[in-house]
Amino acid sequence: MNKNSKSKYIYLSPVIIYAIVLILFPIIYILFLSFQTSDNYGGIIYSLTLNNYLKIFDIVYLRVLYKSACIAIITTFICILIAYPFSIFISEKKANTQKILITLVMIPFLTNSLIRTYGWIVLLRKEGVFNSVLRSLNLIDNPISFMYNNLGVFIGLVYTLLPFMILPVYSSVSKIDKKVLEAAEDLGANSYQKFMKVILPQTLPGIFNGSLMVFIPAIGMFFIADLLGGGKIMLIGNLIKNQFLVSRNWPFGAAISIFLIVITFILVKFYKKSGGNMDDLGGF
Amino acid sequence: MQRHKHLKNIFILIVFLFLYLPIITLIIFSFNTSSLNIVFEGFTLDWYTKLFSNSALLEALLNTIIVSVVSTGVSTIIGSLAAIGLYKFNFWGKELINKLLYIPVVIPEIVLGISLLSVYTLLKLDLGMGTLIISHIAFSIPFVIISVRTVLNSTNFQIEEAAHDLGANELKTFFYVIIPEIMPGIISGATLAFTLSLDDVIISYFTAGPGSNTLPLQIYSMIKTGITPDVNALTTLMIVVIMIVLMISSLIQIRKIKKEAM
Repeated sequence: MNKNSKSKYIYLSPVIIYAIVLILFPIIYILFLSFQTSDNYGGIIYSLTLNNYLKIFDIVYLRVLYKSACIAIITTFICILIAYPFSIFISEKKANTQKILITLVMIPFLTNSLIRTYGWIVLLRKEGVFNSVLRSLNLIDNPISFMYNNLGVFIGLVYTLLPFMILPVYSSVSKIDKKVLEAAEDLGANSYQKFMKVILPQTLPGIFNGSLMVFIPAIGMFFIADLLGGGKIMLIGNLIKNQFLVSRNWPFGAAISIFLIVITFILVKFYKKSGGNMDDLGGF
Repeated sequence: MQRHKHLKNIFILIVFLFLYLPIITLIIFSFNTSSLNIVFEGFTLDWYTKLFSNSALLEALLNTIIVSVVSTGVSTIIGSLAAIGLYKFNFWGKELINKLLYIPVVIPEIVLGISLLSVYTLLKLDLGMGTLIISHIAFSIPFVIISVRTVLNSTNFQIEEAAHDLGANELKTFFYVIIPEIMPGIISGATLAFTLSLDDVIISYFTAGPGSNTLPLQIYSMIKTGITPDVNALTTLMIVVIMIVLMISSLIQIRKIKKEAM
């Protein structure tokens, strides 16, 4: 008993300290901050107010929230539209080819995400590669604005987040038993029925998983909006960043963060209700 | 049917083109004589030599490596112990700890970043390498736990009991039975932690201080002021290293499979 409790202590005390000090406490602290008042110089006046939460519903901020949510939803849909057929086509290849192709999906994402974003800037800007190619082919007279607008932000977000959709969707597609598909064919199902009745239901958890992994970061990736949106497009991430580093209104920034946490928890609840496994969110 | 297959292959090819286009562009421009990353004017290796005299970039690279190695080491040890502990033991509050561990995985990174920044400010900790390493440990541990737990769930723990019955003590069982058994999970968890740490922009942005610029942060400020092709050269070198590591690991895998088949 004594020995057992000693080893229990060694295994578990680091993680318990970690979970309390670096997860629970910081979140409780920003929850506390979100009820305080800012003195506009980065200081905090201790109070108990709901003003920061009411401020979120100010039309100026609601617009940012609405636009950021739209951008994240559209990004998620584009990722599904690319990742889903891509995963199905790949799963039809030989096992070894599949392994190589999936590794090839991973490689770009082992390099720095800012560097890759910069790669897009080189391609997309006014004097960039795309425009100079189009111009030398005499297809355009004036350069096209590929970036510093919504298009640039979408390209950046879809590019950065696509593998987070491909991996879970591919893993659910590749788990489909080929025999079930054959059985469906033998029973006279056409391709449409086969897709709706067999493939889609079995891959829905993968799609949900991928959507969560794309949607949540897409709200927060302020550096993509900064670099490819040219500062004109504000994501919720930019709003929080500005409250903490520019306007120095930490309580308001904290309130928006708590708001995001609540939204995340609601989405995760839905994911779990639909049969999603929590460990799948962190395993790649 | 044949035409169908071609269309599918073309689709796969286009997706890969999309994934690789920015990287290939940067690699090509790393050999360009012009410093503007606009048109290719001629071939040179100058940027590769210039890279080694760009002290800001090299310092950022060194910081990144220190932060990634230290945070991966610490989070792999804590995470592996935690995964075993949470698997083996029941205790009061286990449910809460398990729930807390998912928070860094699911909440937007920026929320974790600002909440850690707030706590460091509250505790009057100076932002720097210390806070940066603590923050990276904070977001890595849950990923290690999940990786190790996945392996544990498919492991037969009667081996451990057998080791005990045969007289192995706790320490021996741990090093000769448990660790080898869960090694694949530890390795994939550590790899994941290392990759996440190496690439992290958002959390580092809030928790780094003067003198602890990491490579992503350095590149972020360079993109705003103007990037020189020595950054392209560094990227190219990093990609080469990653490719070599991947090739070696897949060669090892193939040899292992062949050995097992024999």
